[in-house]
Amino acid sequence: MSISLLGKLSWDAVPLHEPIIMGTVGGVVVAIVSILSWVTLKGYVPYLWREWLTSVDHKRIGIMYIVLALVMLLRGFADAIMMRTQQAVAAGGAQGFLPPEHFDQIFSAHGTIMIFFVAMPLVIGLMNFVVPLQLGVRDVAFPTMNSISFWLTASGVLLTNLSLAVGEFAKTGWFAYPPLSELQFSPGVGVDYYLWSLQISGIGTLLSGVNFVTTILKMRAPGMSYMRMPVFCWTALASNLLMVAAFPVLTALFAMLLLDRYLGFHFFTVDAGGNAMMYVNLFWVWGHPEVYILVLPAFGIYSEVAATFSEKSLFGYRSMVLATMAICVLSYTVWLHHFFTMGASASVNAFFGITSMIIGVPTGVKVFNWLFTMYGGRVRFTVPVLWTIGFMVSFVFGGLTGVLLALPPVDWQVHNSLFLVAHFHHVIIPGVLFGAMAGYNYWFPKAFGFKLDERWGKAAFWCWFIGFHLAFMPLYVTGLMGMARRLQHYDVLAWQPWLLVAEVGAVVILAGIICQVVQLMVSIRHREELRDTTGDPWNGRTLEWATASPPPAWNFAVQPRVDELDAFWAQKRHAFAKQDLPVQRHEYAPIEMPKNSPTGFVTAFFAVVTGFALIWHIWWMAGFGVLGATATLLAFMFRTEDEVEISAEQVGLFDRAHSVEVSL
Amino acid sequence: MRYGPLAVVLLVAATLGGCNGGVLDPKGPITLAERQILFNATGIMLAIVIPVVIATLGVAFWFRASNERARYRPDFTYSGRIELLIWSIPLMTVLLTGTVAWIGSYDLDPPKPIASSTKPIKVQAVSLDWKWLFIYPEHGIASVNHLTIPVGTPVSFELTSSGVMNSFFVPQLAGQIYTMAGMTTRLNLRADHSGTYRGMSANFSGDGFADMYFNVDAVAPDSFAQWVASARTAGPVLDAQSYAALVKPSKAVVPFTYRSIADGLFAGILAAVSQPTVEGLCVTYPNSMRAER
Repeated sequence: MSISLLGKLSWDAVPLHEPIIMGTVGGVVVAIVSILSWVTLKGYVPYLWREWLTSVDHKRIGIMYIVLALVMLLRGFADAIMMRTQQAVAAGGAQGFLPPEHFDQIFSAHGTIMIFFVAMPLVIGLMNFVVPLQLGVRDVAFPTMNSISFWLTASGVLLTNLSLAVGEFAKTGWFAYPPLSELQFSPGVGVDYYLWSLQISGIGTLLSGVNFVTTILKMRAPGMSYMRMPVFCWTALASNLLMVAAFPVLTALFAMLLLDRYLGFHFFTVDAGGNAMMYVNLFWVWGHPEVYILVLPAFGIYSEVAATFSEKSLFGYRSMVLATMAICVLSYTVWLHHFFTMGASASVNAFFGITSMIIGVPTGVKVFNWLFTMYGGRVRFTVPVLWTIGFMVSFVFGGLTGVLLALPPVDWQVHNSLFLVAHFHHVIIPGVLFGAMAGYNYWFPKAFGFKLDERWGKAAFWCWFIGFHLAFMPLYVTGLMGMARRLQHYDVLAWQPWLLVAEVGAVVILAGIICQVVQLMVSIRHREELRDTTGDPWNGRTLEWATASPPPAWNFAVQPRVDELDAFWAQKRHAFAKQDLPVQRHEYAPIEMPKNSPTGFVTAFFAVVTGFALIWHIWWMAGFGVLGATATLLAFMFRTEDEVEISAEQVGLFDRAHSVEVSL
Repeated sequence: MRYGPLAVVLLVAATLGGCNGGVLDPKGPITLAERQILFNATGIMLAIVIPVVIATLGVAFWFRASNERARYRPDFTYSGRIELLIWSIPLMTVLLTGTVAWIGSYDLDPPKPIASSTKPIKVQAVSLDWKWLFIYPEHGIASVNHLTIPVGTPVSFELTSSGVMNSFFVPQLAGQIYTMAGMTTRLNLRADHSGTYRGMSANFSGDGFADMYFNVDAVAPDSFAQWVASARTAGPVLDAQSYAALVKPSKAVVPFTYRSIADGLFAGILAAVSQPTVEGLCVTYPNSMRAER
């Protein structure tokens, strides 16, 4: 047998006979080439390289995370609307427009992309941008590692999308249960794309977790004790603790499946003592905390928004902190509710059913706390508030169906059905996505110095809110009617009307997405009218509003001191009380800032090379990639200088030019 | 209407449930009890959720910044009494639903035999790529993609899979249970009304998954005896050789029956997935954590 230099890779890997795929690939290639040539012709390449691609500034990295997530949201949504359309038409004898081998890839890619490459980067991006500012510090604990984290996530995204053009994606569903995901039943490269993309981006996520736990525990502004930390920082801490504890489980799990697939091990195979139940357990030991990794920071955003726009401190701050940390711990006690249908004993099912309900208690407390935060407030119905109230009235019903699913006898009846699909979209869309949208509208003026257009923002909210309910309420019904999830076609005509309504809902959500794109374009065009020069457009309460918008690389000219909760609000109050006193001039000191580094970008390049080579069994190339990545990291470790000094004059010049109303 | 709460959807679904053949239209004691739990739990929670939604909208509206009559209370950020209340409301709800979960898990545990004066019949179900094989060991026959059972008689299932994991699910008769290679799961059900019910695999298992559904005919006991007798007169024999042919992947297989079956076929299917090191693995698992092997 001859050994090809390109492993399993050949021209057959490109699906030239699939018009839908080739059309998409063609469009994407044209778009990428035109953007790249525009950037090159305009001469923006050095700027992009210097200011963004090699930046270790947490704000820049945060923005890049969010851009990545929003682009992938379009991809994930394209998958979603194809699935809805397929199910809307493929009733009775009809087969729809997607054959099973394509449909199966689409729902697998949709789940994988939406969780790992939309929800995760949205949440991590917002934490990146906001947490150091709220803590009153200049950067995260490990700035270069932060850049590596981002670029490794981007590597995972690139590999996943590459599977569209070269080869195939997994056809196993987004959790890739063996034995289906074993070589015996999935001999293609799809599962390998899934595994290597997530292994690479998973390392990035783990590093992110380490970085933020360290930052929050060790780097707060002087005077900011734990009980003076903004609630968003608390939820970020909980979320990152979960990342540090949960992601290694996923990495180990995927490593075992990779050993099965590449080296003939038998962790999860049907023969030789493999046990697929082990995979299912470990997957959800990661998977359920993952839900809280996503939703806790969103809860933090709702808390910030509710407090700011009610012009009140958060009601029951201590309760909120307690509830957050309780969820953080309890999230490890509920994983079994993902498979009550696996035949565990009644005691096991009952135990995990009850723990799953208990985790609803702190979540319920949070809802009441937001309610009482608005009580006695002066609620301004801005776009972030709309997302927050939309979340509150919707999420409680998602929680309700969640408790239903936590009841083993009910779960046996609706598990693996569209009822389940409706439930987890009911918590993840209003929970995580609405939160991210609230955060995007809330912190956008901080990031770019001008507000987002309100009218288009409200239109986007209403489209999303109505579209979401139209798209997912019918799925509860079809689920109760006995429709399993992931059906490429079906024989029961009574389901079809409901699926047509869901299709309409998906189109309304599309309108919402279009409104958001328009909102961004209109806001950029009208940025002068929307400009905020104060740095504090919402009458904010926390420290991120105490600096210029956009903040300088060093965040704060003089590091703030914190004496109580809602530090900036307190300082504004004190400043108001003594406004007749002469303002003290600041003494500026030079600031040491971390130097830009291409380490993240270059490491990620080699990570993509390695991943691609391993997927296609191109062993020499995999070796080259690993060597390259190692050499890059070694070069970084042996660097001689890693900081630049910002002179006191420069800091002072900027600070005087962007004086915030209240001097700290 | 700005918001159509889930209650409306459930109500609509419940009214449609009378004719749609889903989980809201139970035809046996197990599913009847499961539906009751669904309704009870939904009722308990709606009693909390609907007031919360109304209160949220009401508070947000009344305390809007433009409302001059609303009192601004910036210092209303803590109240011990309210804290106590907001922790106890969800806690009590969970106490109620948790009790329902505890009792329901034991009462309706799938392996638990259904109390009955009639002797249960045994069926061994095997999920194959992508069809269902039902073996009637006491009657010496088998059928593919079709299940016939007598009304009023408990049916006791042993289930396994030839390879990929599937989920055996007849929404109107019983909750679902996974089928896994080399392992046996158990399920009991009884049909109290004659009729034809849709059954399926609920867990995605590959390209032919969408066609992995079957009809369950619940018929009067004499009709069942007749069906068994006629099945014994026609159709192929299920032995190792014909099983090997059947197990090959195929989609949308038209239902048919086997007139006789080789002895120990189900045990053979379980053993075909050889698990030499299984004992070593099992000691680390408590019995309750795994399906029976």
